[in-house]
Parts: sequence; C-alpha cells; structure tokens
Amino acid sequence: MYRWDFAPVLAHADLLAAGLLNTLRVTGTALVVGVALGLALALLRLSRRRLASWPAGFVIEVFRTTPPLVQLFWFYFALPLVAGIEMTPFMAAATTFSIQSAAFFAEVFRAGIASVERGQWEAARAIGMTRPQALRRVVLPQAVKRMIPAFMERAIELMKTTTLVATISYADLLYAANEISQRSFRPLEAFTVAALAYFVVIFAASQAARRVERRLAASGDSTVR
Amino acid sequence: MEDPRPLLRVGALAKSFGANAVLRGIDLDVRRGERIAILGASGSGKSTLLRCLNFMEIPGSGTIELDGVVLGRPAAGGARAYREPELVPVRQRIGMVFQQFNLFPHMTALGNVMEGPRVVRRMPAAEARDRALAELARVGLAEKADAYPAHLSGGQKQRVAIARALAMDPEVLLFDEPTSSLDPELVGEVLGTIQSLAREGRTMLLVTHELGFAYHVATRVLFLADGRILEQGTPDEVLKAPRMERTRAFIARHQEFRL
Amino acid sequence: MGHRWDFASVLDNHEALLAGAAGTLRLFAICLALGLALGLLVGLARSARSAWIRLPAGAFVEFFRNTPVLVQILWFYFALPILLPFEVGKLAAAALGISLNSAAFSGEIFRGGIQSIEPGQWEGARAIGMTPAQAMRRVILPQAVRRMLPALTNRAIEIFKMTTLASAIAYVELLQQGRLIASLNFNPIEAYTAIAILFFCCLWPLVRLTYFLERRLARSD
Ligand SMILES: Nc1ncnc2c1ncn2[C@@H]1O[C@H](COP(=O)(O)OP(=O)(O)OP(=O)(O)O)[C@@H](O)[C@H]1O
Ligand SMILES: [Mg+2]
Repeated sequence: MYRWDFAPVLAHADLLAAGLLNTLRVTGTALVVGVALGLALALLRLSRRRLASWPAGFVIEVFRTTPPLVQLFWFYFALPLVAGIEMTPFMAAATTFSIQSAAFFAEVFRAGIASVERGQWEAARAIGMTRPQALRRVVLPQAVKRMIPAFMERAIELMKTTTLVATISYADLLYAANEISQRSFRPLEAFTVAALAYFVVIFAASQAARRVERRLAASGDSTVR
Repeated sequence: MEDPRPLLRVGALAKSFGANAVLRGIDLDVRRGERIAILGASGSGKSTLLRCLNFMEIPGSGTIELDGVVLGRPAAGGARAYREPELVPVRQRIGMVFQQFNLFPHMTALGNVMEGPRVVRRMPAAEARDRALAELARVGLAEKADAYPAHLSGGQKQRVAIARALAMDPEVLLFDEPTSSLDPELVGEVLGTIQSLAREGRTMLLVTHELGFAYHVATRVLFLADGRILEQGTPDEVLKAPRMERTRAFIARHQEFRL
Repeated sequence: MGHRWDFASVLDNHEALLAGAAGTLRLFAICLALGLALGLLVGLARSARSAWIRLPAGAFVEFFRNTPVLVQILWFYFALPILLPFEVGKLAAAALGISLNSAAFSGEIFRGGIQSIEPGQWEGARAIGMTPAQAMRRVILPQAVRRMLPALTNRAIEIFKMTTLASAIAYVELLQQGRLIASLNFNPIEAYTAIAILFFCCLWPLVRLTYFLERRLARSD
C-alpha cells in the first residue's frame, strides 16, 4: 500500500503559488485583450463590406477550429522565425490565447448583438442616431448583459486552456507541479495537489458564474450562448 | 399666409421586397400642419410607406423631397442612391412612433427621452434633462421619469415613445398603428396625447385602424390598396361617402362590430 | 518577412505524418466512443431518482469539468501508476484523461437533452405499458438525441482538438510528429503550419456540420 506524503510537495508551496499567479497572469491578459479584440472582430464580421467581414470571419474560424496547442506551438516556434522577433513563453502564450479567446468572444458578441430586436436599431435610428451611436448607446448595452453567462463560461475555459503553456516551459501552476514532482520524486502528490488547486479555483469561478446566471435568469432577461 | 411649398413631397415612390411589389407608385404632398390618416387592408403597404419616408426602408424608386430638397442622388435603373450621412439629419427632422414602442429597456423613461437631445443633438446634460422632463410632462408622465420601461403600462410606454420623438423637434411625426398593441382600455390615453399634438398644429402621418379617431383628427384621409393610393379626400369624403367599392367594403368591415 | 516557404521538407516526412495521423485517429475514436458512452451513463445517473446514484455522478461531473484536461492526462500518466501494480501507457493515460473529461461534459448534454423532453412523452409511453427503461430507449432518447446533436458534434470537435494534448506525454500523434519533423529538419514554420492546416481540414467539415444541425434545429423548433 502506497504511503501518501504531501510534505515534500508542500515544502515547495512557494513554487506552486508563483505558478498559480502566472496562470492568472496569462488568463487575465488573454481575457482583457481577448474581449477587446473579440468586439473588434465581431464588428468587422458584421460589417457589410466583404473586405472587412471576410478576413474577420477567417480569423475567427481558423482559431476556433484548430487545436490551441497547435496554435501555441506555431506562435512560439514558428512566428519568431517568420517575423524575426524574439518570443518569450509568456508573450507566445498571451498572444495565442488572446487571439484564440478573441475568436470565441467574437462569436459571443455576434450572437449577443444579433439577439437585440430590430426595433431597437430602428428606434435609435429614428431619433437620428448614426449606426455607431446606435450600436454603442442602445444595442451593445443590451447585448452585453445577455452575453454575461457565455463570457464567464469562456473565461473559465480559458483558464483551463492556459495549462498548455506548461508545454513551452512557462512557469504556470502545472509546470510548477511538474518541477516539484521531479525534485521530490513525489509525482502522485505533486499532480494531485495541482489538480486540487485548479479544481478549487475553477470550481469557485464556476459557482460564481452560476450564481450570476441564476440572478440574470430570475430578472427575466434572456441570455445568449 | 399658407406656405405654398409642401413640406414633404413624394413622387412615384415604389418599393419591392424580392418579387413582392409592395408600393407601386405613390404620389403625395404633405403641407405643414396637415394630419394625414392612412388606411388600408393588412399588407397593403401602409407601414412600408411610412418607413420609406424616414428611410427605415430605402425606397426602390421614386423621389422623396423634404422642404424643397430632393433626397439622394440618381443611380442606375431609375433608383436613387442614399448615403447614410445624408439620411441621419433627415431622420432627425422626421420623428417616428412604432406600434411596438421600441423603448430602450436599459434606460429610464427620462433616459429614453434625453437620449436623442443628448447624443444626437449634443445638448449639455442639464439642458437635455430639462427638455426631456418638459416632453414627459407634455404627455402626462412627469412623475414616471425614473421608471424603467418594464415597469410602465403599454399606454405609458407609448406616451414615453411619443415624448422621445418630440424631444428631437421633428417637423413631421409618423405614427405606425400607435395603439394596435395596446389593451382596449389603454387606447384612449394614447389617442388623447396624439390629439393634443394635433391641436398644436403639428404635421403628422398616421396609420391607424381607429376610423373614428381618424375622422376627428385627420385633415385628409388616404386609402391604400395594391400599393397605390386608391382614394383620398377629407375625412367626410372618404369615411362617410367613399367613392370606391373597396374603400366602402373596408370601412364597412371596420364598423361591423361597433355598437 | 523574407521567409522562403519550403513545404517539401515536411512532405518528405510523410511516413512520420501518417503515423501521427493514425495515432490521432486512434485516440480520437477511443475517446469519442468512451466519452459519449460514459457520458450517457453519467447523464442517466444525473437524472436518476436515487440520491445514491445522482450525487456521485454530480461530483464526477463537477470534478472533471472544473479541472484542466492536461492536468488530468499528466495525473493519469505520472501519478496513477504509483497507485497501480502496473504501468499506464501513453495511449491509456491520454485516453483516460480525455474520455473522462468528455464524459463529464457530454453527461451534461445528455441530462439537458433528456430533461428537455416534455413529461407528456413519459406519460404517453407509460400509458401503453412501457417500463421506464423501454420508455427511455424507445421514446425519450430518440427525441432527445435529435436535440442534442449540435452539442454532441461540438463535443466531438473538442475531443479531436484535445487529442493534441497527448503530445505532452510524447504519445505519437500529429502534433508530436510535427514537433519531431521540426526538430529534425529545422523547419518549424512549415512543420507547424502544415499541422495547423491538417487539423483545420479535418475539423472544418465537422464545424460546418454543427452549424447546419444548429440551423435545422432552430428552424424545427
Ligand atoms: N422587411 C420586409 N421584407 C420582406 N417583405 C416585407 C418586409 N416588410 C414588409 N414586407 C411585406 O410587404 C407587404 C406590406 O407590408 P406592410 O407592413 O407595409 O403592410 P401594412 O399595410 O403595414 O400591414 P399591417 O396592417 O398588417 O401592418 C407585406 O406583404 C409584407 O409581407
Ligand atoms: Mg403595418
């Protein structure tokens, strides 16, 4: 019977904490950039000009239909050579996950904007608003509220996806667990602690998201997926 | 004394949706102070006509002239091309009230009415607020200024929508069946509001199924059929002594269940 | 930007790519079958009357939905063998991680689908003398599956994408082979671009299928 011993792993708690912080750093960066870029992509995609909507659609589809790990490797190993720039693991991860979540957020924005009734556009334009004014003042505020659950779900998915950065040696929580496992020869405890740490953080986020979603549902507002 | 030039002149206006030719040549002059009621069977193109006038729909062909200026520029095939920057100020001069109110649900009644003056006319907040409060008072809803649309009755919503249109100082007001989605007991308050606007001498075009209201408020009545104006005249002429068979039938049908 | 693209250096290694493709497809097939089958069980368990069945199924779903797949795969590969008297192979570890994760997600899809069927359908089936199991199999599931189809194809796409994570434990699949080719031929640009294109070509038809199914479902409702 195996004797569990967490002490050697917990002795490296500082590594784990630093790893968790790095995980949150990548997630936060990708979230902020992803939402902004996602809105831009969604607006381009909804544009009537083919020259704008087509490339936006292409970016969205490519990043939604290729595996994130392939994207990460491409940005880390291939892009520096193509563009002749230096890429740190953090830059590669932030770039990949920002664009990737932008592609997903773009679809959320698009669904949200499309879910706002035509009458709202018409009423805004009937009082003389331009299209951008109608979008900013009337349509987006309503759309964003409906998108909140989908946003939160995506943010949680994003945090899970960031574990991939461990494969390019970025010192996130998973990478820290792997380090500790090799130093302490305690892989079972190291990976179990990592799994539990992820579970606690992500489960808490999911619960918070669920509560918000329930409150939105109770207020009778519709949501989009 | 009367301005000889019409405020709004519609010439040979046509509009199709795919193969469905909805408007097939509408000619109409609207003078300042006129109140025109538009009647017609469902699907006869009443809404489409109103929506073309403030370019919610882009006309297929024909011309729309506002205050002596023909809008748009000639394009291929008899159509005219309209650019958005040209239409935005036109819409500010032509207010519209919708059957479904279309209030902005994330703004209070006051917010809804302030939105146009504030965002479109770039009035300072305090001034826009005073203006909006005055319009709400005009439709009798000053005390509902801070209520959200979800907490207003249908009639109140529609009166806020009217205040929202008025806050832009439109020269023409378009009403598309403003009372059709209201419970019967709420119709009166909205018609009362419109009637008071009529007394102020505002120019308006009104699609309605309330023949009695049209009779008392309109200065002219149009009957639309097959995408054309089949008959027009004073309310007495069209509603009491219609010349065309279809107009007669329409009016008879609308009075069948009246007590 | 003066890079001269040279895909020949990738195509020269087509045998490695084929081996990778075989590995990807094998892992995908196993995870799809296992993930959906287990997912159905989990979904049924989550809809069960008895709390003894419902609660463990719920805990399973929560745990696997709220931890990253890569962590699960590494756990099964590096940690699990310590508890077991035998080795856990790369394929087994990857398949376990991805299948259990997919079971948790598709379990929720099955549960939602089953619950979306009106109670009248149950009553109708029971009224003609069907047992609950018969009603589920003959009446409820056929209708529910139709509604779940877009979500399930979406899951399949996710599973396909997840197979790349097996490269983290050096299981031979497409991305792993791309990595190998890149390091042997010093052509990471072409190698990873080719892998990305390969995945896109495999998944794009599936994505279109999902869109089509979603639209069809939206129309029929
Ligand atoms: N956006 C559109 N696209 C396609 N067809 C349209 C559109 N808007 C209106 N139509 C069609 O044009 C015709 C006239 O519609 P319109 O709404 O103008 O009629 P209406 O006289 O206002 O009828 P109602 O009394 O029912 O409101 C109808 O056949 C309608 O189906
Ligand atoms: Mg109409």
